[in-house]
Amino acid sequence: MALTEQEILAGLGKIVNEITGIPAAEVTPEKSFVDDLDIDSLSMVEIAVAAQDEFGVEIPDDQLKHLKTVKDVINFIQA
Amino acid sequence: MSKDRVRVVVTGLGATTPLGGDVASTWSALLDGRSGIRTLTEDWVDSVPVKFAGVAAVDPGEVLPRPEARRLDRAEQFALIAAREAWRDAGTPEVEPTRLGVVVGSGIGGITTILAAYDTFKEKGWQRLSPFTVPMLMPNGAAGWIGIEIGAKAGVHATVSACATGAESIGYGIEMIRDGRADVVVAGGTEAAIHPLNVASFAAMRAMSTRNDEPLRASRPFDKGRDGFVLGEGSGIVVLESEEHARARGAKIYAVAAGAGYSSDAHHIAQPEPTGAGIRLAVQRALEDSGLTGADVKHINAHATSTPAGDVVETIAIKETIGSHPLVTATKSMTGHLLGGAGGIESIFTILALTDRVVPATVNVDDLDDGIEVPIVRDEPHKLPDGQIAAINNSFGFGGHNVAVAFTTV
Repeated sequence: MALTEQEILAGLGKIVNEITGIPAAEVTPEKSFVDDLDIDSLSMVEIAVAAQDEFGVEIPDDQLKHLKTVKDVINFIQA
Repeated sequence: MSKDRVRVVVTGLGATTPLGGDVASTWSALLDGRSGIRTLTEDWVDSVPVKFAGVAAVDPGEVLPRPEARRLDRAEQFALIAAREAWRDAGTPEVEPTRLGVVVGSGIGGITTILAAYDTFKEKGWQRLSPFTVPMLMPNGAAGWIGIEIGAKAGVHATVSACATGAESIGYGIEMIRDGRADVVVAGGTEAAIHPLNVASFAAMRAMSTRNDEPLRASRPFDKGRDGFVLGEGSGIVVLESEEHARARGAKIYAVAAGAGYSSDAHHIAQPEPTGAGIRLAVQRALEDSGLTGADVKHINAHATSTPAGDVVETIAIKETIGSHPLVTATKSMTGHLLGGAGGIESIFTILALTDRVVPATVNVDDLDDGIEVPIVRDEPHKLPDGQIAAINNSFGFGGHNVAVAFTTV
């Protein structure tokens, strides 16, 4: 059964908090990882790998660079 | 003392060691003669002949937030904790970024990261490596992180000279300020090498004590029964500052970082040169660089690692260059040997001996070895005289590095 947006958002919030220390509540769909959450490219790689494990989807490097916002990642996982 | 150039002073101290998570707790434990050595309980001890070490008294994971800790090697964690303490202690100075530098090195670098990353790579593949693996394993990583934190743009450097690293870093920091490259430099050393491969490798050199039945008595510099060094971990970092800059901002001044002397043995990659010629040259050069005479020097924090080969020849070199008067101590008897961190913490101990006018005692000297003709402080701490005095921290390293750093009272 596909995960809901809320379920993915909660999982992403937990991952982002674990890796960067940013409170999970700040991880909202409209936020940009780089511009709003101030996450660097190395940490984005960590987040992507953790998200792959958590949600069982492959995020290829050439896709990762297009995932600018939290919503982009949610859409990618749901697709 | 030399008047024709910039005087460099020490305005901040920071440390995390087997005796305490900061400078105050470490220094008080040293004066109490406590040992920071403990029996190791990790599963791997069965595979190595040495079953004890000077593990950091406060685990850095308890101090740093987890998101920060997970992207730092343990040696970088120690260095960042010590640097933050030193920086706070210095009063969090406002410094023009292009006048602020960092010199923090490590003997080995992020070796636990390298070994763990190789296991991850073999078992799970390259995609599962932390993207921070490279900055964690590089020996200049600690210097880089500290530089980012305090905004140092005058240059971030990492000297690497095995167990002389911390002292060499402080010497290099003094030179940066004298050369006019910086007004303030954060300098010192760090090490986190308590890993079975390191223990096994040092044991393969027959360099470590194997006194497994009495770990607290294993590090015994100058004692006849010494059988090798005891591995420790941690970091010691100081804030160096031009006297003019420190005075202008009304900073508390611990001591004058009067100068440093260097030499190299050109003898053997790991064994000390048996006549102590290299040590004499380094100490002599430290005196010349500081404008001091042997008579000014009342205390030496010796390198003395508790190996059979090194301790006595160092005391002979001290007698020949300084005289038979300085109070000599070996704090490794309590901290163990922090390798690249040693020169950092031992410079701090040398500075505090001057400010508090007291030399901590070397523990475990039950039977003083033959040929030692300088006063070894043992049994209890010994007072230093009043007035303007100097002290020297000696640090030597595999590769034949000899470094002596001289400090004086303000």
